[in-house]
Amino acid sequence: MSPALQGLITIFIGVGGCLAYFYGSNIFLDKVLFPAKGADAGRNINRANMVRPWLFLMPALLALGLYLAYPVVETFRLSLSERLPGGASQYVGFDNYRRMFAEDKFWEAMRNNLLWLLIVPAAATALGLLVAQLTDRIKWGSFAKSLIFMPMAISFVGAAVIFKLIYDARPADQNQIGILNALWLQFDGGFGSILILRVVPALMFAGFAAVVGYAAYLVGRPIVKPASHVVEGIAFKLLRVVGAVLLAWVAVLSALNVIDSVTLAMPYGEQQTWLTIPFWNNFFLMVVLIWIQTGFAMVILSAALRGIPEDTIEAAIIDGANPFQIFFKIKVPQIMNTIVVVWTTITIVVLKVFDIVFAMTNGQWETQVLANYMYDKLFRSNDWGVGSASAMIIMLLVTPILVWNVYNARKEMR
Amino acid sequence: MDNIAGTKSSLNWAVHISVVLLVVLWIFPTVGLFVSSFRTADQISTSGWWKALFPSEQSLTLRAADPDDFAVQQADGSWVVSGNLFDGGNEAEISRWGSSSRDISAYAAGEAADLGDGESFAVEANGDYIWSSAEQPSGRGQRVFVTAVTPPEFTLENYDTVLGQGVVQSLLVYVVAAVIVGSVAGFSARALRPDHTRSAVIVFGFGTLILLSVIFGLGTGQGGGQASDDMAKAFFNTLTVTIPATIIPITFAAFAAYALAWMDFPGRALLIAAIVGLLVVPLQLALIPLLRLHLSIGIGKGYLGVWLAHTGFGMPLAIYLLRNYMAGLPRDIIENARVDGATDFQIFTRIILPLSFPALASFAIFQFLWTWNDLLVALVFLIDSSGNTTVMTRQIVELLGTRGGNWEILATAAFVSISVPLIVFFAMQKYLVRGLLAGSVK
Repeated sequence: MSPALQGLITIFIGVGGCLAYFYGSNIFLDKVLFPAKGADAGRNINRANMVRPWLFLMPALLALGLYLAYPVVETFRLSLSERLPGGASQYVGFDNYRRMFAEDKFWEAMRNNLLWLLIVPAAATALGLLVAQLTDRIKWGSFAKSLIFMPMAISFVGAAVIFKLIYDARPADQNQIGILNALWLQFDGGFGSILILRVVPALMFAGFAAVVGYAAYLVGRPIVKPASHVVEGIAFKLLRVVGAVLLAWVAVLSALNVIDSVTLAMPYGEQQTWLTIPFWNNFFLMVVLIWIQTGFAMVILSAALRGIPEDTIEAAIIDGANPFQIFFKIKVPQIMNTIVVVWTTITIVVLKVFDIVFAMTNGQWETQVLANYMYDKLFRSNDWGVGSASAMIIMLLVTPILVWNVYNARKEMR
Repeated sequence: MDNIAGTKSSLNWAVHISVVLLVVLWIFPTVGLFVSSFRTADQISTSGWWKALFPSEQSLTLRAADPDDFAVQQADGSWVVSGNLFDGGNEAEISRWGSSSRDISAYAAGEAADLGDGESFAVEANGDYIWSSAEQPSGRGQRVFVTAVTPPEFTLENYDTVLGQGVVQSLLVYVVAAVIVGSVAGFSARALRPDHTRSAVIVFGFGTLILLSVIFGLGTGQGGGQASDDMAKAFFNTLTVTIPATIIPITFAAFAAYALAWMDFPGRALLIAAIVGLLVVPLQLALIPLLRLHLSIGIGKGYLGVWLAHTGFGMPLAIYLLRNYMAGLPRDIIENARVDGATDFQIFTRIILPLSFPALASFAIFQFLWTWNDLLVALVFLIDSSGNTTVMTRQIVELLGTRGGNWEILATAAFVSISVPLIVFFAMQKYLVRGLLAGSVK
């Protein structure tokens, strides 16, 4: 049977079957099971109304349960067991995890994932906010926005091809067809190169370090000097300590990068195969995701900016605030919730990132990430135990966001 | 707003310029792919695509006509071969030329060169050459190395290779026809049934497109070889995966969303919370257990499996989006209908479903983009060792591996695969934005 025909039949069966099920089961409920007549008419109506929601929910719940809830449990079970020849499996405790933790490739994936987690959501959100703010008041803003939003429609694989063309490297005696190398060959170590490749990155790292350091200070200050009017639980205090330490660590790292970017020897005038330079190639992969996700951040943040009550801005202008003060002190605080939402949403995308790495480097040259590591284990090494264990690690990393989302949704519904 | 107090912000120009820069930066990569897909392999590998838009100086190796066929004996007994190095059609302008690969710019255009043995050769700037020889020349035509400024040149060759001969050309013609028919239908509908203008345009436009493609076929039917067969197959496979995987979850989710939005039952809040939680569960977790399940119940790897998988994975977002939207519909309508004796099933199909069109469209776009662009689910649940069910994303990854240097094929294949989502994106951006705004967990 031709796949197209099979597809049509499946649509027909899927949609038609679904409609028939709903229609039939409702009729059955009203006419046969609990008919609204006779002595029990009233009770039957109530009963039918108790059952009906579950009729409506049944197919969706089945799909959800089978395809999302059950796998969480099953993967956990698989991560604790080992396949034996012949299809049977055997409980091995945390052996798979032990084996995984002993692998360098796993730690490489963890390190890279952490890098991705730190950089991609931050960069995409910041750029999105920047674009949203800049396009907010100009006439052709919506046109500009739709162009920046466009990469959202492009597949990760398509984006991988697009960026491979950018990173392409040709032998030295040929014209470079990758724009990055063509640009790179323009630098010769002169004044322009020092300005663009040393001073600007150093300033950027310094600025980033300052911002993160300040954030660490803000997070950490209440530990030393508790605000009098807020009482925090011990768990929250612990969270603060961890957050402050993490942020401070990031600040120190980026401060160290200032020195690095000034002193690093750069191979001017030589074409580079960008994707094979260990450590830095991670950033070239991240650019792809940032390019895609900025549009998403921009759309959401732009709507949030529009939603800010105008009188707050008006008041600030009358009080003599300059545009930067308006942006950072009036607008950003009011959309902080949305920023957090965007940030967490992109974080989840980052945790699941697979296609980009798979298509561009396949985890070679130290660019492995967890999702690709897991795919490798599952379908190349056929090691389901370690594969499941690494999937559980991804789940573990997602869990805080999951809890946070559920908590917020519950709060909102009350 | 910023100039509310009558002061025009001095940052105005800076804002415009930085937005222009950002936009250029953002579309630059895609434009690169697009332009490259219209260039030949030679052009791509000799110069960056950004130079393709302008006349460029190139070094070409050309050959004069074969003297055995074209040499003409003159009155004085010498032999002359004359003609144009470019064989017409090319408007390049030659600045320097040479007869030896060691010195390719030995002579200026218009100069004549002595080749020895009584032979001389002259090349004009437009490519006309005169090759004269005292004795009858033999062998192959004289090789000439020229440095020429060639105008930008683009070709549809790659699309012929990737999709099959003439597919793009016929598609373009059909699209023009569809636009004409669609707009005529739109104008007539505006006069007759104003409320159906949009649907008339869509139905007649797409109808024409599909009808023409079915009647006249796409292209000449002569494939461009292996690459085109593979890509055309992958295109239809992707379509086969996408359409059911978009439609089926909508039906499932719509009913569930209605129950969660408008029916009261114990455990409702808990269910909603569970769905919000499931929204972020990584589908990586589902790969092994479900593959095992599929293999054990006999679905195996195939379309049915991938449809089911996409249905399951899309379900939380579908329910979440639709529930939020349905919960916002006015209570009065539903209560009135209930008082009038409508059953829940009737309320759902007659009132809720038509009113929820924007949310349904939002989710449909999401699911379409996601299933069209997906690689992982297809790799795990669909593509078996026979390779008959490969999808476009997989095909492109394959090309990246086997033809990493063939940029013309790669760029064209990638552009074909992203063109459909791009069309959907630009046509239905409104719904996509609306869906994003509703779908991000607040």
